[in-house]
Amino acid sequence: MAKQSDEAFFWVLFSAGGVVAALLIPVQLFLFFVAIPLGWIQPPSYDHLMALVRLPLTRLYLFVLCSFSLFHWAHRFRYTLYDGLRVKHLNEIIFTLCYGGAVAGTVVAAYLLWTIA
Amino acid sequence: MTTESNTRPVHYSEFHPRWYRRPVSVYWWIGQRQYLKFILRELSSVFVATFVVETLFQLNALKGGPQAYAEFQKTLASPLIIALNLLCLLFVLFHTITWFNLAPSAMPIRLGGQRVPTFLVAAPSYVMWAVISAAVYWFVISWSQT
Repeated sequence: MAKQSDEAFFWVLFSAGGVVAALLIPVQLFLFFVAIPLGWIQPPSYDHLMALVRLPLTRLYLFVLCSFSLFHWAHRFRYTLYDGLRVKHLNEIIFTLCYGGAVAGTVVAAYLLWTIA
Repeated sequence: MTTESNTRPVHYSEFHPRWYRRPVSVYWWIGQRQYLKFILRELSSVFVATFVVETLFQLNALKGGPQAYAEFQKTLASPLIIALNLLCLLFVLFHTITWFNLAPSAMPIRLGGQRVPTFLVAAPSYVMWAVISAAVYWFVISWSQT
């Protein structure tokens, strides 16, 4: 189980992810998953998006966005389950599932961004 | 004190009694606005994760070629997915606002003995948010490689 020092490490990941999520997700979510599907904005072409994703900086940006946000989720969701559902006795399973999920998502993001172009 | 309690024989137990703790209900966060707000704020993380999963699917579709991406976009336009994403957007905005407003409480700044008002400490975050959002918008919509 997490020791005190590990807890600090996870908390730093949590707050870094919180900042990244707060600053970057709303605009991207609004553009790609709300405004464009609803036809409010002319969608960028496939070639345009691919050109954008080919830039190393974009890929770094997307990697940081995905990974940090997931570690933010892992920490917060873990405590939501502990406190909200009062299931502290399931501590270790929840810990493994949350951080396992974040690590898995990070690996998938790294793989996709590495192989996409 | 009644005479009855004074005359009742006293029992001493050898061991320390267990502390009495009022059991807390699983639904402790319903009913009080502050508690509900807390739980909703914490639950926003689920929608943060949902967004990441969607983005990974989007990258996978981009990787699959123009055909795969067109199909992905068709899926995004279905009413159910749009409803889900609107809900996501609400929660993510809630996360952004509560996150920015929390910083001044976590790090109270004092100037000349006076505590700087919360909205002034949070203001730079909102400015940064606007600038970054505009930049992302520009890159997605208007940027061209040439």
